Amino acid sequence: MTARFAPGDPVRVREDWPEAKAKVHIRTPHFLRGARGTIETVLGAYPNPEDLAFSRPAAAKPLYQVRFAQRALFPEGKGAASDTLIADLYEHWLEPVHG
Amino acid sequence: MAEYHHHDHVHLDHAPISDHGHEPRAEYRVLERAVRELLIEKGVVTAEDWRRQIELMDSRNPSMGARVIARAWVDPAFKQRLLADAKKAADELGIDTANAPRVMALENTPTRHHLVTCTLCSCYPKAILGIPPAWYKSEAYRARAVKDPRGVLKEFGTELPDNVEVRVMDSTADLRYLVVPLRPAGTDGMTEEQLADLVTRDSMIGVTAARNPTSVS
Amino acid sequence: MATHKHRAMHDLGGVEPTASQAIDRTEHELTQFDKSVDALVGLMAHPSRRIIRVDELRRAIESLQPVQYHGLSYYEKWLQAAHDLLLEKDILGEEEVMLRCAAIREAEEKSS
Repeated sequence: MTARFAPGDPVRVREDWPEAKAKVHIRTPHFLRGARGTIETVLGAYPNPEDLAFSRPAAAKPLYQVRFAQRALFPEGKGAASDTLIADLYEHWLEPVHG
Repeated sequence: MAEYHHHDHVHLDHAPISDHGHEPRAEYRVLERAVRELLIEKGVVTAEDWRRQIELMDSRNPSMGARVIARAWVDPAFKQRLLADAKKAADELGIDTANAPRVMALENTPTRHHLVTCTLCSCYPKAILGIPPAWYKSEAYRARAVKDPRGVLKEFGTELPDNVEVRVMDSTADLRYLVVPLRPAGTDGMTEEQLADLVTRDSMIGVTAARNPTSVS
Repeated sequence: MATHKHRAMHDLGGVEPTASQAIDRTEHELTQFDKSVDALVGLMAHPSRRIIRVDELRRAIESLQPVQYHGLSYYEKWLQAAHDLLLEKDILGEEEVMLRCAAIREAEEKSS
C-alpha cells in the first residue's frame, strides 16, 4: 500500500466524531481532532484497529508518526515553545494541508 | 451485564484506582477462578500454559532494558541497530521479543528529551521492560503527560531548561516506545555492567534521566 | 483544543480535572490475581490462539460502564472485558460461568 504522505508534509487531523454516531474503537485521541501537524515518519501499513476491535476483516492502513507543537495543542499548558508531541495516526484520519 | 456480578451494587468507597497491586474485590477473585477453570476444562488453555505464562511475565523486568541501553552506550554500531530495529537489537542480547509489538527506541540528546505515555490505554514495551508501573497506567499520568509534560517531569524530580525540547510520545497505535537516556557524565571508565546499574525503568519511560554515578554506591 | 462533548471516557489526554491531579507514584507488586489475569489474556491473545485480540480487549474495556472504568482496578477491568468477550464469542456461556462462580463461593464458605 502506497503512503499518501511523506516526512515533512503538513497535515490536519480530521475533525470527526464517530463516537457520537455508533459504537466504535478509535486510536485517534480527541485532543488531536482538527489539529495541524507535520508528518515525522512513515511507519508502514498496519491492519486497521477500528476493524480488528470488532473481529472484522481489517485492511492495512498506512501509519504515520505525526508531530504537533505541544503549545498549539494545549495553549494553557506550561510547555516551552519548542516542545512537541508525537502520536501515531492512520492515514484515513489525516488530510493534506495546502498553502 | 450478567447478574452475578452485581455491578449495580459496586460501591466505590475509595478514590478511583486504575492500578494493580490491590487484592481484587471478592466477586472478581471468584470470577477469575471460574473463568480460568472453565478455559482449562474446555482445552482453550492448559494449566501448564498458564503457569509458564506467569513465569515468563515474572522473568521480564527493566533490567533487560537496562542491558540494552548500556550496550548502546558502549557500542555505537549496536546503538545504530537499536535505533533501526529495537526488537532485533534486543534479540541480540537474548531478550525474546518474537510475539511482541514493534518497538522503537528514541535517543535522548542534549537538546531533546522523550517522555512516553499512552493516553488511550496503557501501551508499553512489555517484552523489554516487563509490566508497567501502576502510575504509568493511572488516569492522572495519562491525562497530564500530554498537557503538562514539564510539570510531570518536575514531579519525578526532572527539570529541563527551555532549550531542551520535551517530546511527548503518545503510543496510540502499533508501536511501543523505549527511551535511550543520555549517558551520564563521569562514566568513562565504567564497565557495561556498571553502566546498566545506572539505567532505571523510569529513565527508559523518560520521566527521569539515568542515575548519576555518584549516587550509586 | 477544548475537551469535546463526544470524547470517550478512556480518551484521557489533557482531560481536566484529571490532568491537574498529582500522580500517585507508589510502587505496587502484582498480586496473584493480577498475574493470573495478565497470563490468561496473554495466552488468549497469543498468535498461536488469537482467541481475543488486544484490539478487542481494548474495545471491551472501553465498553465498560463508567463506574467500572473509573472504579475497578486495572486487572479487574481486564478480567471483566475478557469475560464479556468470551461470552460474546460463545467460548463461555453466561449460565456456566454463573454456576461455577456459585460453586466456588459455596466451597469457600464450607471450608471457612
